[in-house]
Amino acid sequence: MAELPQAVRGFGVTFITMFKKVVTEQYPEDASKYPPKPRFHGRHQLNRWADGLEKCVGCELCAWACPADAIFVEGASNSEEERFSPGERYGRVYQINYLRCIFCGLCIEACPTRALTMTNEFELADDNRADLIYEKKDLLAPMLPGMIAPPHAMVPGTTEQDYYANKIKGADASQTVVGS
Amino acid sequence: MTITNNTGSDLAAVETITVVIDGVAVEVPKGTLAIRAAELIGTEIPRFCDHPLLTPVAACRACLIEVEGMPKPQPACAQVVTDGMVIRTQNSSEVAAEAQAGVMEFLLLNHPLDCPVCDKGGECPLQNQAMSVGRPESRFTEEKRTFEKPINVSAQILLDRERCVSCARCTRFADQIAGDAFIDLLERGSKQQVGTADDQPFDSYFSGNTVQICPVGALTSSAYRFRSRPFDLVSVPTTCEHCASGCSLRTDYRRGVVTRRLAWDDPEVNEEWNCDKGRFAFQYQTEGRIAAPMIRENGELRVASWPEALVVAAEGLRKAGTAVGVLVGGRATVEDAYAYQRFARIALGSDHLDFRVRANSDEEAAFLKSAVAGAPVRTTYADLETAPAVLLVAFEPEDESPIVFLRLRKAAAARTAVLSVSATATRGLEKMHGTWIPAAPGAEASVLGALDSAVLDQLRQPGAVILVGERIASIAGGASAVQALAASTGAALSWVPRRAGERGALDAGALAGLLPLGRPLTDATARGEVAAAWGVSADSLPSQPGLAGENLLQAAKSRTIRAIISGGVDLGDFANPALAREAFESTGFVLSLENHHSSVTAIADVVLPVAVVTEKSGTFLNWEGRPRPFGEVLRDALMMSDAAVLGLIAQNLGANVGASDVPALRRQMASLGAWQGSRESAPTVAPAAAAGGVALATWRYLLDEGSMQDDEPHLAATARSAAAVVSAATAASLGNPAEVTISGPAGAIVLPLEVGNVVDNAVVLPMNSAGCVVARDLGAGYGEQVSLRAGGAA
Repeated sequence: MAELPQAVRGFGVTFITMFKKVVTEQYPEDASKYPPKPRFHGRHQLNRWADGLEKCVGCELCAWACPADAIFVEGASNSEEERFSPGERYGRVYQINYLRCIFCGLCIEACPTRALTMTNEFELADDNRADLIYEKKDLLAPMLPGMIAPPHAMVPGTTEQDYYANKIKGADASQTVVGS
Repeated sequence: MTITNNTGSDLAAVETITVVIDGVAVEVPKGTLAIRAAELIGTEIPRFCDHPLLTPVAACRACLIEVEGMPKPQPACAQVVTDGMVIRTQNSSEVAAEAQAGVMEFLLLNHPLDCPVCDKGGECPLQNQAMSVGRPESRFTEEKRTFEKPINVSAQILLDRERCVSCARCTRFADQIAGDAFIDLLERGSKQQVGTADDQPFDSYFSGNTVQICPVGALTSSAYRFRSRPFDLVSVPTTCEHCASGCSLRTDYRRGVVTRRLAWDDPEVNEEWNCDKGRFAFQYQTEGRIAAPMIRENGELRVASWPEALVVAAEGLRKAGTAVGVLVGGRATVEDAYAYQRFARIALGSDHLDFRVRANSDEEAAFLKSAVAGAPVRTTYADLETAPAVLLVAFEPEDESPIVFLRLRKAAAARTAVLSVSATATRGLEKMHGTWIPAAPGAEASVLGALDSAVLDQLRQPGAVILVGERIASIAGGASAVQALAASTGAALSWVPRRAGERGALDAGALAGLLPLGRPLTDATARGEVAAAWGVSADSLPSQPGLAGENLLQAAKSRTIRAIISGGVDLGDFANPALAREAFESTGFVLSLENHHSSVTAIADVVLPVAVVTEKSGTFLNWEGRPRPFGEVLRDALMMSDAAVLGLIAQNLGANVGASDVPALRRQMASLGAWQGSRESAPTVAPAAAAGGVALATWRYLLDEGSMQDDEPHLAATARSAAAVVSAATAASLGNPAEVTISGPAGAIVLPLEVGNVVDNAVVLPMNSAGCVVARDLGAGYGEQVSLRAGGAA
């Protein structure tokens, strides 16, 4: 049999493919059908304790670990009147510059309190540079049921150690009063 | 770290011995510690408690070494080497390495794992040592010992007891160096902790040094707590601007903001120490700064552009002609002070100059011109240490020049006799093991003229030193008596001003009748030399000395002086603030070069913002006359120095004062060189008799209401509280009340009464402390008469 012309053989590939399973993922239309893998390195999140206090202590180890110099942290002292985290110190300023971040996750490994983890969120495009520097308010984990937004006191009768031992299961009603 | 300085002659005489360390023979002076001998061959033995300027204590045991012939490992920091000793360190001895590792494990048993929130984390000797030789895994499974944390040992110094390794560096510093043994090791065993007596906080002027030498994060300062981590900081060596001691500092900044200052190692000046004012008082550099030029319009200051403000400033000065007074505050660098006087003399044709914005006198001016201005370095810190006797006159070193105090304390412990002619024997004098020569305030001169022959004999010894403070200006006949005493005994005489800029301003010639580097204005040769360096004709320089001191203020008040340029001056600095206010309000035009709003900018017609020390380079001359140059810390700061601003005003006046950048100013001063001609003769003013009634003794305490200590609440809380101190007899004559009312011409102050070593019929007050601002509230100065009355409010 004489060989078919090259062009016709090419169309054959096209024709056969029409009956194969579609591998194209429609983004953004069908984005919800194709979530990222669970361990995908997406946007960071600053976690909270069960009562809403922040886990970040402002130690800057994430910033130190960062190979891209994308993180800026400034610590400050908690006071009895204005407490953001258990213990003495909290992160007053927390910025991640997503123009620099390479999503390597070294910051997550460095974090001594598991305050910093990564979400699966990858939709981080924007039309200007300033908005790609995420502030603390952009990175903090959402308030879940049982949490109260800081500043507020620790759960009455507990210490910093109880938080780290994971003994705090939710906010106490008395914590709604600032400075209580 | 500092190795104690030996002079050349000592070195030649030192007996040396040979020791063998790790198989290397090394020759060391007799009495050397094993840890230092090992440093000489480049072997670093771990250490925490060891500090070259403190006595060995062998408290931490980190430095154990094997010494041949000794049954157990020995601490290298306390082991004096002997001839032929064979030492094996961790590098060659299994025993030493194992001993060190064991000690390291013990030190970490109770040490908390809070490095992430510890201010020392990142620059911590314990952390470094643990990372390099510590066990990767702890074998300690029990619960660590905990303490309540942190506790305040003073308002400024915080103590985390669980981090402490009981090295006793802080307690040894407080006891041996500062003489303020307010902290000590309490309890025993695992409960051992640093602590204070219940009612006695660690309010030492030198407390900040303990934070710096703490080898762990046990001691931290409230001011720097959690401000940044060490690896964020950029460190720049600089010079302290707070007093004439001239400490080398390390300034650390992050993103254009200074976060802390540390003492820098300068064995010839401050060794490794500084005072708390120099360490902690720097918020003024950022808080409340004047950002833009301002001009007064319809009685109100408004922001103006630089060109507009410079035109208004030049116009105001032009109208005043040559009748312009120029006052240079104590914060000026040598270069700035030089630029002020050059501007005054070339651009304004005025010699009405003064840098002594404090109590001053013509006698003092004559003393400074004859004995101090432009003089080379004569007496140094090292000379104080070797001096057989040091006489202090009108000078309280602990408050007015703290590093001089530390050096005198060190000297006194060895050999030096410290003598103080004063109205009071302060605790500072006690700490210097000093001898008090009582003199009624204001009448020190007559005491100086009639000193015991024993004291005179001490001063006649070669190397004896007389140190006079800035208060000599308040004592009629004081400067004359001191100079006569120095001449008759052969003792070296040094003037120790309080402010950092004063000695430099004097050498720069920012004083009426005094050209740069000690040249008398009235001397035609001197004028010729200066005119040549400045590129102007000698005839154009003023040839008659202008007004200074109170005369200048009186002339401004009567409008003979028609404008005042104020460079970092506050009305409260003057001996007579009321007169100063009248003078500034009466004169036609006030130009203020300032970095903060003050009582002068409230009056000024034009306010031009200038740089603080972190934003410019320059030089301070310390009391020795030693140049202490420093560079910019914050390089992207936009502020101009006083010299640069004066250069711009001169341009607007159409005058050519020459280049105003720091290198050019330094070159010009260097080209002038020292003055070889004759100097003004020493003053001869007769000693004044003691004022009748109760005489006032007062000086500025180290920590007080000074504007360069603004916005430092923790530092201010460690300041000494104001009290009126009198002798037991004077207190008894008042009936030993708890409170006393002190009245002067301008008003009265009520203060708690304390009894101390004070001459009778005198009262000691802080000059500018909270609740006691003497010049403003009393209207009386040092040595003047006040009245005392028992009880509080009238």
